[in-house]
Amino acid sequence: MHPVRKQRLYLVLFVVLFSSAAIGLVMYALSGNINLFFPPAEVAQGKAPVGQPIRVGGMVVDGSVQRSTDSLVVRFELTDYQATVPVSYEGILPDLFGEGQGAVASGVLDEQGVLRASEVLAKHDENYMPPEVADALEQSGYDHKGNAK
Amino acid sequence: MAPRLKLFLPLLIFAIMAVFLFRGLSLDPQAMPSALIDRPLPEFELPVLGQERLLARKDVIGEVALLNVWATWCVSCRVEHPYLVQIAAGGVPIYGVNYKDEDAAASRWLAELGDPYRLNIADRAGSLGLDMGVYGAPETYLLDAAGVIRYRHVGVVDERVWQTILQPLYRELVAKGEAR
Amino acid sequence: MIPELGHFALILGFCLACILAVVPAWGAWRRNSRAMALAPGLAVGLLVFVGISFACLCTAFLQDDFSVKVVASNSNSLLPPMYKFSAVWGNHEGSLLLWALILSLWTCAVAVFSGQLPLLVLARVLSVMGAVGVGFLSFLLLTSNPFARLLPGTPADGNDLNPLLQDPGLIIHPPLLYMGYVGFSVAFAFAIAALLGGRLDASWARWSRPWTNVAWAFLSLGIMLGSWWAYYELGWGGWWFWDPVENASFMPWLAGTALLHSLAATEKRGLFKSWTVLLAIFAFSLSLLGTFMVRSGVLTSVHAFATDPARGLFILVFLALVVGGSLTLYALRAPAVTSRVSFEWISRESLILCNNVVFLVATITVLFGTLFPLIMDALGLGKYSVGPPYFNAVFVPLMALLAPFMGLGPTARWKKDSTRRWQSELAVPALVAVVCGLTLPLLNADYNLWVALAVTLSAWLVLGLLRDLWHRVRGAASLGTGLRRITPSYWGMFLAHLGFAACVTGIVATSQYNIEHDLKMSPGDTEILAGYEFHFVELAPVRGPNFVADEARFEISRDGELIARLAPQKRRYLATGQVMTEADIDGRLFRDLYVAMGEPIGQDGAWAMRLHYKPMVRWMWLGAILMAIGGFTTVADKRYRRARAPVAVPGAEGAARGA
Repeated sequence: MHPVRKQRLYLVLFVVLFSSAAIGLVMYALSGNINLFFPPAEVAQGKAPVGQPIRVGGMVVDGSVQRSTDSLVVRFELTDYQATVPVSYEGILPDLFGEGQGAVASGVLDEQGVLRASEVLAKHDENYMPPEVADALEQSGYDHKGNAK
Repeated sequence: MAPRLKLFLPLLIFAIMAVFLFRGLSLDPQAMPSALIDRPLPEFELPVLGQERLLARKDVIGEVALLNVWATWCVSCRVEHPYLVQIAAGGVPIYGVNYKDEDAAASRWLAELGDPYRLNIADRAGSLGLDMGVYGAPETYLLDAAGVIRYRHVGVVDERVWQTILQPLYRELVAKGEAR
Repeated sequence: MIPELGHFALILGFCLACILAVVPAWGAWRRNSRAMALAPGLAVGLLVFVGISFACLCTAFLQDDFSVKVVASNSNSLLPPMYKFSAVWGNHEGSLLLWALILSLWTCAVAVFSGQLPLLVLARVLSVMGAVGVGFLSFLLLTSNPFARLLPGTPADGNDLNPLLQDPGLIIHPPLLYMGYVGFSVAFAFAIAALLGGRLDASWARWSRPWTNVAWAFLSLGIMLGSWWAYYELGWGGWWFWDPVENASFMPWLAGTALLHSLAATEKRGLFKSWTVLLAIFAFSLSLLGTFMVRSGVLTSVHAFATDPARGLFILVFLALVVGGSLTLYALRAPAVTSRVSFEWISRESLILCNNVVFLVATITVLFGTLFPLIMDALGLGKYSVGPPYFNAVFVPLMALLAPFMGLGPTARWKKDSTRRWQSELAVPALVAVVCGLTLPLLNADYNLWVALAVTLSAWLVLGLLRDLWHRVRGAASLGTGLRRITPSYWGMFLAHLGFAACVTGIVATSQYNIEHDLKMSPGDTEILAGYEFHFVELAPVRGPNFVADEARFEISRDGELIARLAPQKRRYLATGQVMTEADIDGRLFRDLYVAMGEPIGQDGAWAMRLHYKPMVRWMWLGAILMAIGGFTTVADKRYRRARAPVAVPGAEGAARGA
């Protein structure tokens, strides 16, 4: 074979082998590390698998957040206004987390239907405010709230 | 010809990706389920803002209308307020849901900035808001003549939102009502 | 008045960009030198008008002109002036204007610094950049006008800048990142110009190399600052989240790294020509794709901009035109039969090939992981998310694979080398590297296999570099003259590779030895972490210019000796009511101590606290800074200035230059 041809053949072989190794790696990594999103209604219907990592997103139910007084355990409920899912989490919640706010918890559903969250994310929309903000507005000298308080 | 065709491979891959990206545009990764679309407005019995007279579901339906959830503590509501006044001046019926607010403050706000609302439901405890699945303020719902929620807009209604989303839907619903 | 002036300047800039995109390109096609000669002037004009427009927006922010919509929603009269200025690019419209400004800056820089470039090439390059400018300026004008007024209904005060963005790091992070992103447009423009010209020779590689290096250096700095910001501002102590927005800036960097190396081979040996062109197109396409992902809302992310489908569609159409157009041009014009230059397997070329394959595969896997949720959603298969474990699982082996080849790189000769020479050169460094890997991790309390591996590989890189440096200075009369004889481009490579080694060591050490404690602490409590005593002294209320905060005061001591006082805060910003964690860090070269406040627990003043011990976390950023310095250093090379004169002579380019 012509040496340039031979070199090209090796080159193609190398690229193919390397790419297939990479694809294999990607598939392997993907199989263990993706998690599916479920709205609370589907969790309530039993569609979410028990014991596998999943994510559940919804609004944090008003008045549902209970903090333990001697540890970092927090319990709250997520709702999509059709069903609610209880969540238990140990650790520090993100700043934007709050009752009546949207949140996504990722973790594992246990036998009792409680989501044991390992991570809680909160998303906040700037154009869009929950009532709690009113307190802070007062301090900032916003008088266009009509001097309500 | 084969080596030539090979050069088109990157283009092909990009084309496939572009199709997915285009599909992605119409999907919202964080869309919250809006349970009440195409469902009737929930029943309620709440006072008119600043009065003791009770309002019920039947008082706000019968006509294609907007239902605007607002509060004086909500800065964004102030941004959208002038547009609402403008829309109301154009003959569109708007009902207000004064959400988790104080009546006195709300009345003063309306006296100061103009009142675009036909009626204002004083949802002091947020109970109607809970039934409707309100996340916060402002939110605006489009009701058809039968009192069914047809559209929900989360956030400020401004000229763009009104002209590109709400107004076309509103006109369509009105036209449908007249045809019947 | 000023905002209208800015809008008007933007429209004029748009007109100039249109002329720039059309006239010189037409001139290049018809060989009309007068039309071509217009290009540099137009480029300068473009910068002037976009600059005026940008200055007007800055003025609106600094003067608290809340009748302008972006000012009202992103600034506040209480905001410190420094952040009013950075608020200009803390929003979609303003950051896009910054993007346009930087694009015109690069365009102008090409016009000014490429005086010796053949006019034909210069006209084409500037035209391509003008066309990209047309895309971005029309995007600004049509969908995201930063000068839109809020009339009537001007609010009394603004909505305030997102507190997360009120940070010194974030003032310079976006400009640096955009310098990098947009800088790849120069390499792209050169590649397209070469394709348009139909002669894909080595000359375009030589011209675009310094530009690519600078853009890459800026991008490295930008990414590094972003990571640093996430580390101390998000309050999690994490420094990389594989978030879609982070990936959006990382993918062009990966492709750009491949491009840098491939350009070297193309310039020196005339190899991989069409491949390099393709990489240049890729790098810039990924920049555009990043813009699309951040601004269209197709992917969930912590720091995506407010989304709007109309904008998304516009960028997608623009992306399709630019990428689709350039790839079609590539398919039509790239030579079907690649270069006839051959090389042996044992040579620098094949090492560069390894680099290219690894970086390209890394880019594709990151791209795949980022788009996977979108693909599944589009196919109706559910809403998935791909977490950091995926990226780590793919990325770590790839980088580990890269390091052994990287150590060989600087020593290896072009065209043909021998394994025997490599053995004699590098046997000692290899041995020393293994010894380092076995012993250095012992300095820490527990021996960790991953750290051992990382230290071995980094030591291998550094020792290989030093060995090569020694070879280069050995022949000189003195060490000083020897060092002075070394070219800036070699120093650039040296620093960048050194930076990579530091970065790898830092990342692995901090991930493996990191200790994190989340716990409840009351004032007076003490917690011991990695031998450091964290004493929670007191809790105090504090007031800032536009926030109120609870401040936890910590004294940290080791063996009875006070090392640092830390005061993390929990801030509540007044205008938005947003609550923000402000971590406090005692940073040293070999370790960071990090304290952040969670939330109050119970009524007796106890708080949830997050304490971190992070060894060598700084090495990662220092490494990135070294890489960037390396990238900037290469530009000082006289070669790039001298090399321009002879290229006007056709045929001279193909001649292979020695190492």
